[in-house]
Amino acid sequence: GASLPLLQRDYRFERVWFWGCIQGLRGAYYIAEGLGPNRAAPRSRLYSLNCLDWSLLTPASKEMLALAEKLNGRFQGDPSFEYNLAEINAEAAARLIEGGKEPVIKEEARLIATIEQIDRAVGIVPRGAFVKTPLGSVHENRHFEGLSLLEAKKLSSYFHFTEPVNLKNKTLLEKADLDPSTDFLDSLEHDIPRGSWSIQLEKGGTVVVLRSLLWLGLTFYHVPMTKQFGYVYFGTGEKNLDLPFML
Amino acid sequence: HGPYQPHEPGYGLDQPGYSPYEDEVPDPQARMLAIKNAKAYLLKTSTRSGLNLYDHFANMLTKILDEQPENTVDIIEDISKDVKWAQFRKKMDTLRDEHLILPIFEAAEKCKALFVKEGGEEEHEELDEEMPSLPNVMETAFYFEQAGIGLNKDESYYIFLSLKNLINVQPIQTCRFWGKILGLEMNYIIAEVQLHEGEGEEEEETAEEEVETVAEEEKEMGEAEEEEGEEKEKEAEPPKSTYKPPPEIPREENGTGTNKYIYFVCNEPGKPWVKLPPVTPAQIVCARKIKKFFTGRLDAPIVSFPPFPGNEANYLRAQIARISAGTHVSPTGFYQFANEDEEEEDGDAYEENPEFEPPPVAEMVESLATWAHHVKGILKQGRCVWINPSQKSEENEEEDEEEEDKEEEGEEQEEERGLPLLTLISEDEGMKNIPAWTAQASTNLIPQYSVAILQSNRWPGAYAFASGRKFDYIYFGWGHKYSPESHTPALPPPAQAEYSSGPGITETVDPTVEEEIAFKIAQEEALAGEEEEGEEEEAEDD
Repeated sequence: GASLPLLQRDYRFERVWFWGCIQGLRGAYYIAEGLGPNRAAPRSRLYSLNCLDWSLLTPASKEMLALAEKLNGRFQGDPSFEYNLAEINAEAAARLIEGGKEPVIKEEARLIATIEQIDRAVGIVPRGAFVKTPLGSVHENRHFEGLSLLEAKKLSSYFHFTEPVNLKNKTLLEKADLDPSTDFLDSLEHDIPRGSWSIQLEKGGTVVVLRSLLWLGLTFYHVPMTKQFGYVYFGTGEKNLDLPFML
Repeated sequence: HGPYQPHEPGYGLDQPGYSPYEDEVPDPQARMLAIKNAKAYLLKTSTRSGLNLYDHFANMLTKILDEQPENTVDIIEDISKDVKWAQFRKKMDTLRDEHLILPIFEAAEKCKALFVKEGGEEEHEELDEEMPSLPNVMETAFYFEQAGIGLNKDESYYIFLSLKNLINVQPIQTCRFWGKILGLEMNYIIAEVQLHEGEGEEEEETAEEEVETVAEEEKEMGEAEEEEGEEKEKEAEPPKSTYKPPPEIPREENGTGTNKYIYFVCNEPGKPWVKLPPVTPAQIVCARKIKKFFTGRLDAPIVSFPPFPGNEANYLRAQIARISAGTHVSPTGFYQFANEDEEEEDGDAYEENPEFEPPPVAEMVESLATWAHHVKGILKQGRCVWINPSQKSEENEEEDEEEEDKEEEGEEQEEERGLPLLTLISEDEGMKNIPAWTAQASTNLIPQYSVAILQSNRWPGAYAFASGRKFDYIYFGWGHKYSPESHTPALPPPAQAEYSSGPGITETVDPTVEEEIAFKIAQEEALAGEEEEGEEEEAEDD
């Protein structure tokens, strides 16, 4: 709590917030994210083991993502812990050996890749909270007053906050209803597998909570008719691959 | 546009009387006319919407001046849209809006009911000795908050109050807040309870008696049918199947083993508590093989393979039993065996050790040997105490002893021995290279008040804390066990092999008429040949 404003000052972020906590076996990683004026730009991520000293993480690269998907099991809690690549992917290990480096992948890289995956897959915002200007940059919609209770119960009122994948595949009829300034993202309705989100109204409807079943531990909250929303991840950092069996 | 320099074009135009439009509107009269024309243009009603620009601007500016938002020029388009939209809202509606009973109000009503103290309670202000111990939920919530887990204070307090209601309703001896299991539509709040002896068993006995009488009736029916069957045996009957289903493993008695505690659940504090049925070993065995999310409704069916014997209430109970058996721990030495001799599986009774001295928090964090399970682990059979199923079946079915013998020879089940009761958790196996438990101190900054926190890695969501003599354990999670590998559902059993075909049962083709005649002729010839031979022999003998 006390260290985040200091981060904002040091890194000149416009907004910095606590992203969540990934629990390892021997310790937990606390993650914070910071953004500049363009909300859709790649976010800078920082991690800390004790919420006091934060270290910046490099942005994820595609190789890192591909390799980290193969790693299974819990995080160790030690950022310099090295996973042996040879067991996982012999090709990548061979490439690294030729390059003169050791065939290992550090837990830090796995951390980066996991956060990126989680943000991409289940980072959500309510519809209308962000607008896209004609120039392409994305801002918060200051005119957003929150979803109504009816809208808040529907999955279609929430969007993934990443590059849209399915937007262009919609039929022309659906596209006619879209408002290009607010509907420029994928909605949650068509997530595969269906039913991978659990919507609950807590406290008699004053707060709507969405929990992701694909990444267990991702919780999104929104208070209807207000501007308050946000999501946080508290978990082990592992994808729930058994989801189709569990529904 | 700063003051123009003489060499720039436009120099001098900002002086009155020198603007570029001067020559167009030379005198004030004409300017007034121009203003009127402009205003008339603005007042021109739009053919499509019936609005005019003048009124629209007036409304917009009124709204802006009333609300005075920041950076208005950036959101001016949205304000304009809002004003237009507001035009369409009728102020006088002929239909009166139904007074919507929002769910917020219902929930608030229920919560308020929790706070109301019943009138009858005032008479029983004296503390009975048999008053059940209400757990201090707020205190445990405080300790877990030190660890960073738990519910928010409001919800903890509501749970506290609803537990109090539960105690008033049911004859409860001890009660504990077990935890919260998340579900898809609704969550479960679970209380672990021990009823007064004799109270809960009455229901069970009647239930069992009903089951027994039903079974007896069925037997009588069966015997009557058999008698009829014997009379009809002369008629051809298809062969009766000799298949006997494997004997059902009986569930443990209330108050022992997996059914030591009774569990009550509710979806939200304020809703009535529902009692969960006792768990049977078959349910536990099946629950180990499937992994399903809870929906939040107790009567939801569980569609799975192998088919789960029961609905969601049974599955919930089975998972609660597994979690309790796996993660309920206490500091070593806090409990001791009632009889020092009975350290075998039969030792189910433990009591608090009055001479227990709590080790310091640092030690509790460093070594896992300072914690011990105090709930029996569940064997593969699904019970805490192993039972030999074939013994029981002998008592019931004395008629079919012959067949029983054959079966017993084939399937002798090995006696399963579980770990004794108070094992240290350091002996818990980990999975691959993940230890079964992770211990931490709640804070490094203030060691004298820090609390030792234990997280289970086998059941993510199970936590235990200890601080001096105080300790407790709780579960917040989805209700599933952690496995490093993905869950593989059980494959359906292979299709049963058909009876092998051989000459004994293969249907042969019936001989045709020609073949029969030819066979008959050949037979007669053979007979005739034998007779001739016989005659010849007789002739030779002579």
